[in-house]
Amino acid sequence: MSIIQLLYVFFKIGLLGFGGGYAMLSMIQFECVEHFAWLTPQEFSDIIAISQMTPGPISINTSTYVGYTVAGFWGALVATLSLCLPSVLLMFLVIRFLMKRQDNHYIKSIFSGLKPVLAGLILAAALLLVNQETFCDFGVGEHNFSTLIFVASFVALFFFKVNPMWVICISGVIGCILF
Amino acid sequence: MVRLRDLFLIFLQIGAFTLGGGYAMLAMVEANIVTKRHYIEKNEFWDLIALIQTLPGVFAINTALYVGNKLRGKRGAIISAIGAALPSFVIILLITIFFTNFKDNEIVERIFKGIRPCVVAMILVPSIRLIMRNTVSWKTIWIPFLTAIAIWWFKVSPILIIVIVCTAAILIEMFSYNKLKKQ
Repeated sequence: MSIIQLLYVFFKIGLLGFGGGYAMLSMIQFECVEHFAWLTPQEFSDIIAISQMTPGPISINTSTYVGYTVAGFWGALVATLSLCLPSVLLMFLVIRFLMKRQDNHYIKSIFSGLKPVLAGLILAAALLLVNQETFCDFGVGEHNFSTLIFVASFVALFFFKVNPMWVICISGVIGCILF
Repeated sequence: MVRLRDLFLIFLQIGAFTLGGGYAMLAMVEANIVTKRHYIEKNEFWDLIALIQTLPGVFAINTALYVGNKLRGKRGAIISAIGAALPSFVIILLITIFFTNFKDNEIVERIFKGIRPCVVAMILVPSIRLIMRNTVSWKTIWIPFLTAIAIWWFKVSPILIIVIVCTAAILIEMFSYNKLKKQ
């Protein structure tokens, strides 16, 4: 039963996952954390951190992790394959119909309409992670190190364009020392 | 003609060694397929990438599929995609098996307590960059914020939002295209 749910969820995400890894992340989060509760918010944010430190697309990493957590090896295989299946099917359609007419205006229209929405999707993924589990010492005790780590990471990534991998490693070391 | 085995190995290597998502991978695909081996012309390659960017799905997998298809047809496409996906599948599988044993370890827990706030910043940054780049006009600046509030506060499914926007875009395009033809 859960294998079929995995297939359905990840096929849907593969079919409608416009705009790259982070936008898909918010769909995966909504389906797997909010809707099916296959993962806790902490597990979800941990797997994103792990994905950033390992090679390969973030959505493949997440689907493999979710699939394995829900239904073991076969779950991981089914989730990852169902994520890629729509791409394969679409390619055969695209090759047949769209390649003949360069500059397909429907695809262009869909994509330009989606652009601002996709930014909102990613913003929602960040907002959904703002909770007591993520900021473990917020409002507890006198220190608030987790908010400090958040602000420092943001400044490093946004203004100084530091490689995310370094920011994760340093946050991990700081966490290990402070918490 | 590229051998299927070579195609598989090229994408396996790309899948195993590119950190930092789809766009980092692109440089490696270009180096291997265009610059070093001249399998595809440079212009043709970037035209293909422009098309792939508008498609749904995993960017790296789509790139492998379309480049593979260009070089060796449908079999080439499937073999390239498997090559690109296999390393991250195997690596995450191993980490997951390992991680479930060590998740409750006190030190691991402390490390992840430090990492979790950082992950929020990691997702927030690309969203702000996208908002700044794509919605420069005052007419559309509210769209990303409305979308985020709908998902975050009102628990509207992101998939539903995508479906609605796609349908609306197609309808608008159909309407204006027909009007253009009549004129």
